Formats: sequence, structure tokens, C-alpha cells
Amino acid sequence: MSGTQSAPADHSLHLRDIEASYGSSVALRSVTADIRPGTIAGVIGPNGSGKSTLLKAIAGVLPISRGSIRLGDAEIRSRASQVAFVPQREEVNWDFPVTALDVVLMGRYRSKGWLRRPGATDRRMAEAALERLGLAGMGERHISQFSGGQQQRIFLARAMVQEPLLVLLDEPFTGVDVTNRAIFHDTIREFAASGIIVMIATHELAEVQLTTDVVLCLNRRMVAFGPTATTYTAENLRATFGGQVAVFEAGA
Amino acid sequence: MNYLTEPLSYPFMQRALIEVTIVGTLCGLIGCFVVLRGLAFIGDALAHAVFPGVVLSYIGGRSILIGAFAFGLITALGIGILSRSRRVSEDSAIGVIFAAFFALGVVIISRQGGFRKDLGSLLFGNILGVSSSDVWATLVVAIIVVAVTLALLKEFTLVAFDPTMARSAGYPVFALDILLLLLVSATIVVSLQTVGNILILALIVTPPATARLLTDRLGRMMVASVLIAIASGVAGLFISYHAATAGGATIVLTATAAFLIALVFAPNHGLLAGLVGRRRGRHHVHHYHGAGEDPETA
Repeated sequence: MSGTQSAPADHSLHLRDIEASYGSSVALRSVTADIRPGTIAGVIGPNGSGKSTLLKAIAGVLPISRGSIRLGDAEIRSRASQVAFVPQREEVNWDFPVTALDVVLMGRYRSKGWLRRPGATDRRMAEAALERLGLAGMGERHISQFSGGQQQRIFLARAMVQEPLLVLLDEPFTGVDVTNRAIFHDTIREFAASGIIVMIATHELAEVQLTTDVVLCLNRRMVAFGPTATTYTAENLRATFGGQVAVFEAGA
Repeated sequence: MNYLTEPLSYPFMQRALIEVTIVGTLCGLIGCFVVLRGLAFIGDALAHAVFPGVVLSYIGGRSILIGAFAFGLITALGIGILSRSRRVSEDSAIGVIFAAFFALGVVIISRQGGFRKDLGSLLFGNILGVSSSDVWATLVVAIIVVAVTLALLKEFTLVAFDPTMARSAGYPVFALDILLLLLVSATIVVSLQTVGNILILALIVTPPATARLLTDRLGRMMVASVLIAIASGVAGLFISYHAATAGGATIVLTATAAFLIALVFAPNHGLLAGLVGRRRGRHHVHHYHGAGEDPETA
């Protein structure tokens, strides 16, 4: 499914001098970065540094007050249907009366247009995605009946069937244990291998070192951006976290 | 059997039964989205805010539907726009609007003679006074509201479940919310005659809340909600006939009784089911023991 994206056109993500505000206070400024297809990008910074704000701005959920966000040669909103957003656990209403399969099928809605319902093909895609994420045969269960890691996989399956160019993950490691992290890593590497850009906002620095190709350091403004190997340095971390973090020698 | 057949010999009871069936269908369906999108307070506000429209139509000798629709439209748009600006908290803004509109209605009607009697029937509905043309108007509105709701079922569901994803995928979430508020307004307006401004929220919120206790599936919840709303309406009407109680309030209490029964006896979500054995793995499980393992049997 996601692997079928033969993307000859350049679908890089271009962030140009983005500024986003909540009311009158600027939450985020001066973010400029280019991220190529197939890249796993980490967004790090202390609490309140604007990680979530940046992801939501890219997702079009929060308006930007300045700058531009483009996906390839088009303004990103015109490609909205190919931007998959995986929300933070806390933002999901787990009591909502939907099954795992219902949630995954939501990833197919945009491709159906306004009046058509997902059909047998979409159902098969959704079931295949659940199966790939190790949830075969569990699609008919209510979403509250899964563990934290399984719940996250449901949302990864939803992103998968959306056939996206860009997947945005907001704090994906919350409540996810070691076994589930392994599945998570496999999945995002699969995404990247098929040319999808994966963006992960997280405060878990160990994960950043382990998973990402490039890293964007935020503290209400962009502190640094570049390949993880050269950007994830003690100096940049200190500048980003301002001494709130005991910097273990990084990038080594 | 006389208990059931005797009331049916009266045309006003026949009309009332048809009316509560239509209203039950409408409220039971749209109510699911009011409950799931967390719009109960806004719904209540809408119900109160249309009051001056009802009063003005009544004084002008027109169908109360016209005035109520006008004010419902204004309020739905007003709330939608206010909830977007960040000047006042949304709850406060809604509170200010609906109390002010409601007071305006009361002030207008207090200028009329026979104020108490009119106020009563406007505030609490007058299900036995429903005319044939009222029934027809309710039917037409119900068909439109149900058709729009079913046509946009997947969009309304997505926006209610995950508005962030909906927005990021390019859905016009704000427009869909406004449309939902308009559908809720229309539902409230045509249901006013059944239970009145103050109690209408009960018909919109109680049946879906009851249905949610009975099932974890949205489709089944909608069907159950509609059936519960219709059953409460019909049963409440019969009880009020024989007990000589106010129709609207009796319908509301019947729906409440159904809710309480479900709250205690519902198979998975009921209090008894909770006591008998807390189902493991439900509601925010944070522990996890291995890949593919079933948290329910773990």
C-alpha cells in the first residue's frame, strides 16, 4: 500500500521561517528546514518549547502567522489528504464507540470523497494494515480494550492506509513498552523506505539518537537543524534545553 | 387493553403519538453526535436561546417554528463564531448569550396579558395541542435532518472522534461543526412543542447516553438511541394520559428511568457488571505483557 508510492516528483517538506502563535504570544518562530522523502526527522526540545505546536502547524491544525510550509512544489494544505497525523494518547477519546477497524478505516475517508462510504477494498486494506502491525483478527474490538502500545499501533495502521507523503507523530512513546517500541521502529523504517517523511516530536532523547536521520532542536525558536550525527551534540542540547538536562556525551 | 386503546380514540392523542415518534427518531439520532462531540451544554444553550423567537411567533399568531428557526440560526452561528475567538472562554460566551436571549423572551411575553398561562405552555411544551400542520412540519424537518446526518455520517464521526486528524486531512471542521449545530437547532425547534425549551435537552442527551451504556458500536448506539427515544416518548405519553401529568415532563422522566435501568443493568458498562467482575483490560490499560497477547485474558 504505502510501498506503491513511486514518487518521481520531489515531495520534500520545506519549512520556511515559520512562526506560530497562540493568541498574542508567539509560541514558535524562525523554523526553517528542508526534509527529503524517506527521512525520519526528530523534533526535540523541553516542555513548552513548541514541538507539538510545530507538528500541528505542519498538519494545518494551527494557523501559521508567518512563513510557508510546502510539500514538494505545492502548499501543504493542498496535499492535506496525504498528511497523516498520529495524535498524543491523551488527546484521544478512548471511550468513543469505535472499534480498531473503524479507526483504521478513518484513514480511508478522504480518498472516498464526501458521500461514499469505505467499501470492501478499503476494509481489506485496513485489515491488512492491522495484520502488519501484529493486530490480526482484533479489528472488531473496542479501542479501550487494547494496551497502550497496541492502541498506538492502531493509529499507525490508520496512517498507513492513508497512503501519506508525510506522517506526523506527536509524543509517540508515551506508555509504550519495549516490545511495542520494536514494532514501532520497524513500522516507521518501513514508512521511510517507501519514501514517506516521518516526523516525530518527542522528549525522549535516547529515541532520537536511535531512530532519526535528522533532528530539529526547538526552544520556542529553532536552535539547530541537521543530520542527527552532527546536530545531536552536547553543545546543541545545552542550547536547546538550557541546562535542564544532564547532557550525557552525545553523538559519539 | 383499554389502557392502550382508549387514548387512541382521540385525534389529539393520535397526533401526539405520531409527533413523539418523529421527534424521538430525530432527537435519538442527532443526540448521538451531541453526546459524542460534547455539545450538551451548547445544545441546552440553543434550546433556551430560541425562546424569544418562539414568543414573538406566538404573539404574532404564527407557527412557533418560524421564529424559533430564525433565532436558532442566529444562535448557532453566534456560538460557532464566538467559540473561535479567544477573547472570552467559550463556556462563558455561551452562558452569556443563552441567558440573555432567554431573559429577552420572558420580558417580551411578560408585556402580554395572560402571561403565566402562555409562559407555561411555551416553556414546557404542549404535546396534546399539536396540530396536523405541526406534525407535517416536524416530519419534513425530520426527513431533512436525518438525511443530512446520514449522508455526512463518516465526516461527523471523524470530527467527533479526532478533530485534529480531521483538520490535518483537510476536512472543514469548523463548517462541519456549524452544520451540526444547525441540525441540532432544527431538531430542538421542531421538538419544542413536545417537551418545551427547558426539557428538550433531556430528549437529546438521555437516549444516546442510555444507548452508549448498552453498546460499544456507533451504529448500534444510533439505532438503540432512536428506539429508546421513541419508546420513552410513546410510553411517557400513555402514562401522562392516565396519570393526568404533564406530557413533556412525563416523557423526560420515562427516558430517565430507562437511563437508570441501563446504568445499573447494562451488560458491560452497568454498575452491576462492574461489581460482578471488573473486566480486565478495559479503559486505559497501561500494562502490556507481550506481542499479540490479549490483554483481556492476560
